[in-house]
Amino acid sequence: MPQRKFQAPTEYQLAARKDQIPDELLTRCPVCQQDCYTQDLTELMICPNCDYGFRLPAWQRIRQLTTTFEELDAVVTVPERFADTAYREKIKRAKATTGLNESVVTGLATLTGQSFGLGVMDAHFMMGSLGSATGEKITRLFETCTAKRLPVVMVTASGGARMQEGAAALMQMAKISSAVVQHRDAGLLYVTILTDPTTGGVTASFAMQGDVVLSEPHALIGFAGRRVIEQTIQQTPPADFQRAETLLENGWLDQIVTRPQLRLTLARLLKLTSGGPSHE
Amino acid sequence: MNKATAYQQVQAARSANKISIQELIDGLTEDFFELHGDRQRDDDPAVIAGLATIESRPITIVGIQKGQDIAANQARHFGCATPSGYRKALRVMRQAEQLHQPVLALINTPGAYPGVEAEYQGQGRAIADCLLAGQKLKVPFLSIIVGEGGSGGALALACGDQVWMFANSTYSVLSPEGYATILWKDSQRAAEAAEQMRLTPKELLADGMIERIVPEVTTAADCGELKGAVAATLKMLAAQPVATLIKARQARYRKF
Ligand SMILES: [Zn+2]
Repeated sequence: MPQRKFQAPTEYQLAARKDQIPDELLTRCPVCQQDCYTQDLTELMICPNCDYGFRLPAWQRIRQLTTTFEELDAVVTVPERFADTAYREKIKRAKATTGLNESVVTGLATLTGQSFGLGVMDAHFMMGSLGSATGEKITRLFETCTAKRLPVVMVTASGGARMQEGAAALMQMAKISSAVVQHRDAGLLYVTILTDPTTGGVTASFAMQGDVVLSEPHALIGFAGRRVIEQTIQQTPPADFQRAETLLENGWLDQIVTRPQLRLTLARLLKLTSGGPSHE
Repeated sequence: MNKATAYQQVQAARSANKISIQELIDGLTEDFFELHGDRQRDDDPAVIAGLATIESRPITIVGIQKGQDIAANQARHFGCATPSGYRKALRVMRQAEQLHQPVLALINTPGAYPGVEAEYQGQGRAIADCLLAGQKLKVPFLSIIVGEGGSGGALALACGDQVWMFANSTYSVLSPEGYATILWKDSQRAAEAAEQMRLTPKELLADGMIERIVPEVTTAADCGELKGAVAATLKMLAAQPVATLIKARQARYRKF
């Protein structure tokens, strides 16, 4: 028997080798399908070809949008009563990969001297799904900002309600809406920045409840999933039917803002609104 | 029905023999005056709305309905409301507020309509607006899930001061078929999914999601007991000052 010249590496050896290779040299943009040098994406993580904003970890987004940020409710996590083993395992993995306790980070921020409440969803944590703890953190953010008379900015990125939590996940949509109503009744500003992807129960609640609704270029924004629609109408929807540009055209967004402009845009917007009747 | 499996419950909720929302309205009210249109561009037949009296007191009714035969069911896209349908609901809820009369929502929907046009017309925003309106509605608001209570499309009208469910109904974040497909890539495991999802009235009552399970009603003539319960509850809610009513409703949703 001839000696094998090539010994297939074990999975462990492969993983070890991969660790030694620098990050992927090229990244393909999911929108324009162009390969670009990963280093050209910069800290902002945008496609140099079409301005698409890649999905950002929550803390990277927070750095981009704030001067200071004081996190609230960092320890809030999935309640014990959701005991399904497969679900707990998923949560554990999501926590390990993201370093977060939930799919949203909330806190009190400043930007060019202006204070506001900020919530940033992270699609890397179980597709940014809306669970009880996500809903609790967002609700508390609104309550805090209503009490402190501060505007709220939510950066959304979510596949929708977290089905593993059943009706409790659905109820978060109503719970957050209730907090939005009270913030609104206090005469305060709520801005949403919809990023790729914002879908399902998040679109059908707080994402679309902003007084001003912004989005990043080419972000997927919609209620029903493409596959569900395909099965219902037995047709393939147009490629861009849930893209930000289409929503802007149909009147559902105020502006599409590229990521490098987002910080400045937010600062401007906070200056252009008085922030309620008894605002000092 | 005590020993019924969760999936049998799902099938009973979807049954073609379910009382229609129209018949239920006939059984619950003395006179029903239907209101059409969202006053923007369209009229969605999946959403039925109108004025009525219950024990001689004026109320506003809004319902999501399937059709009793194939033609009616297709016209109503199988009980899936379009954005226009939610805007019709919103319009009559605001009218009820203006007229100081309670709102009764009767819900039988697998979910909001999934379609390209519905997306173009802002399905997400339409539901989001209903959620906001429900949380600040200045009149008593009772929601009853009659058959299927499917996800955000049902929740849009299920933000009442109280939420009741028919004995043969379900309320869930998505269908058991959808759950099985996403979680196990196998829609055939819907029965197993239904067991896990806690979507039956008994489970939801135990979980504090609803206030009451209503004995199944099959014809308009059967509605006497339910009518008495609805009238009494609306009367009790109407006796509260508006601020108390809204505060209690918001507290109801805050506890989730
Ligand atoms: Zn690109």
